Amino acid sequence: MARPSTPPPGRQKPPFWRDPAKRALFFQAVLLLAVFGSIGAIVSNTLNNMQAMGISTGFGFLDDRAGFGIIQSLIDYSPASSYGRTFVVGLLNTLLVSALGVIAATILGFVIGIARLSPNWLLARLASAYIETFRNIPLLLQIFFWYFAVLRALPSPRDSISLGEAVFLNVRGLVMPEPLAQPGLVWTLVALVVAIVASIVLIRWNRKRQDATGERVPAGWISLGLIAGLPLLVFLISGRPLTWAMPELQGFNFKGGMTIIPEFTALWLALSIYTAAFIAEIVRSGIQAISHGQTEAARALSLSNGFTLRLVVIPQAMRVIIPPLTSQYLNLIKNSSLATAIGYPDLVAVFAGTTLNQTGQAVEVIMMTMAVYLTISLLVSMFMNWFNAHVALVER
Amino acid sequence: MLNNNKKSLLLSASVALAATLASGVQAAETLDAVKAQGMLKCGVSTGLPGFSAPDENGDWQGLDVDICRGVAAAVFDDPSKVQYVPLNAKERFTALQSGEIDMLSRNTTWTSSRDTALGLNFTGVTYYDGIGFMVNKSLGLDSAKQLSGASICVQSGTTTELNVADYFRANDMAFEPVVFDTSDQTVRGFEAGRCDVLTSDTSQLYSLRIKLSDPASAEVLPEVISKEPLGPVVRQGDEQWFDIVKWTLFAMFNAEELGVTSENVDEMKANPPNPKVARLLGVNSDFGESMGLSADWAYKIIKNVGNYEEIFARNVGKDSALEIERGLNALWTEGGLHYGPPVR
Ligand SMILES: N[C@@H](CCC(=O)N[C@@H](CS)C(=O)NCC(=O)O)C(=O)O
Repeated sequence: MARPSTPPPGRQKPPFWRDPAKRALFFQAVLLLAVFGSIGAIVSNTLNNMQAMGISTGFGFLDDRAGFGIIQSLIDYSPASSYGRTFVVGLLNTLLVSALGVIAATILGFVIGIARLSPNWLLARLASAYIETFRNIPLLLQIFFWYFAVLRALPSPRDSISLGEAVFLNVRGLVMPEPLAQPGLVWTLVALVVAIVASIVLIRWNRKRQDATGERVPAGWISLGLIAGLPLLVFLISGRPLTWAMPELQGFNFKGGMTIIPEFTALWLALSIYTAAFIAEIVRSGIQAISHGQTEAARALSLSNGFTLRLVVIPQAMRVIIPPLTSQYLNLIKNSSLATAIGYPDLVAVFAGTTLNQTGQAVEVIMMTMAVYLTISLLVSMFMNWFNAHVALVER
Repeated sequence: MLNNNKKSLLLSASVALAATLASGVQAAETLDAVKAQGMLKCGVSTGLPGFSAPDENGDWQGLDVDICRGVAAAVFDDPSKVQYVPLNAKERFTALQSGEIDMLSRNTTWTSSRDTALGLNFTGVTYYDGIGFMVNKSLGLDSAKQLSGASICVQSGTTTELNVADYFRANDMAFEPVVFDTSDQTVRGFEAGRCDVLTSDTSQLYSLRIKLSDPASAEVLPEVISKEPLGPVVRQGDEQWFDIVKWTLFAMFNAEELGVTSENVDEMKANPPNPKVARLLGVNSDFGESMGLSADWAYKIIKNVGNYEEIFARNVGKDSALEIERGLNALWTEGGLHYGPPVR
């Protein structure tokens, strides 16, 4: 609708400070200026004060030689590497333990949450005992328990517990043969990708067919066979292009092979077991939030217990479960910073710990570390929100 | 139990905050602040027998502790007016920068970067040390050169972490660093067999050895691989306070050199045997005034805490469980490195 270009007679166009739209714009601009102005003032004041206190500033230290060793690194690292690299090493170690922790906690949490509702009295009691125990002991103590209790029980490298002279367990960790890829291995990987894609196509086709005709093939089993079988076949045909570096006891420690250090194991176990207790409660409450009528209706349709759970209860429960589940994931990631208590080289131990201490650049290092946790948390939240929207029920 | 990790993050954040909000440089205000508080806040270790550790009554004892007590004696004429703040290696500088403590006296190595880049000043050397290695006797080792491939327990945020990496690199040996936050954890890791070697400043190895459940099972290898001059630290920018902490230590050296002890100091003050002793004890002279202290500042230190020899002997030397020789830590007159500039 077009507006009259001239105000109707007798009504002057109001001055801009009385125009609510313009006034709102003006105040927003003022607020924005004030916010950025204060941030600028804080930053410049901080820099000035640090200069006056004789504290070095800036990010130049990231290129300097770090000079200290790190026990576990997913990328090449030596004491000759830079502080910038210690940041990446620490970050990757944080991501590793967090990702594996999230996976283990989710599986364990779902199993225990469902077990807690089981009609089997013993199973349900065991599940509640698990939840009440691990939920109520401080995480730091659990980490110490897994670390020092388990460490003390393990033998020295010389008296390792060995499995077929290939896998060794001792106080320095779990030592295993390391796979070394040979040139032809690409084809096995290609076969794996092909099998995965084919399975996805198969499952989609199966679903469509079922919707249309009501008939279905056991797509799950076929996919499983495909994903396991096809790469194996290609691997054998291409002449097994994989060798193993076997660990061997030399002097103090095992050489060759790969080692899972006890610091990692203890932290991962503690994080997973602790968080699983919370997830189990979330799963239980999610399932209980679904009205009993739904289950009864499913039974009336003669769906089996498993199908009732899988097709009726869980999809609806997911709506209730996912938002608090996201919080648990975020907690787990942030709790992984307790690593420093037992010397697992995560971001906080390596970068906000040793690097901060050796360079003394507290402000820069802490800001970078906070930015990392913020970014990871926001990304996880975004993903979970997307996932939530994706699995949300289409209400009919 | 206070979580160290959170504590050090908190400390770091408070430096950021202090740097953000403080409007100017702090000038000669530490002494006034200490007087206003009625006590000295002194950063020490979390427990290192001989250097700084609480005894069975909960009173802090040690060489580093006696430096704190010396400063408190100079300011208050009362060595008990100290609040000890236990800090691990990672927290110590941040605690000083943020103003949580007035001085740091915690087996801290004087290095160029710490002195120049952190906004801090070292006031002198209380103990000349160097890094060594402690191993289990049952390994039957006699040299650090045999340590290739070993797992090494070390404390994070120390010069040890750096110097050990340098040493192994220089000798073309591999090692696996197992890094802990506090010395207690480091000792537990060593006892649990997580590492073959515990490394630290040699003096601290002897002191950590007492903490083992079976001290006789461990031995210290002969090599000393670095220079670790340990000393007190203050914030940069307050010259008066810097002078007070520096001259507290010098007074202790000078007293030893002149034969003034906590026992004979009253007599020496009444009848100074020579002008040097008279000047040190503030008889007919006032060298304390320019530091904002009384004329008899050094008398108070020696009377209450003792001279360097007394402090050394009772904490780490012949009268202590550590029984460390004076070695480099003798006075310059006896072939050591300690040398107090003259009071005049
Ligand atoms: N002198 C070295 C090392 C100091 C250090 O922290 N040593 C450990 C020995 S394991 C210690 O004293 N720990 C006691 C504590 O953390 O309270 C430095 O200044 O970096």
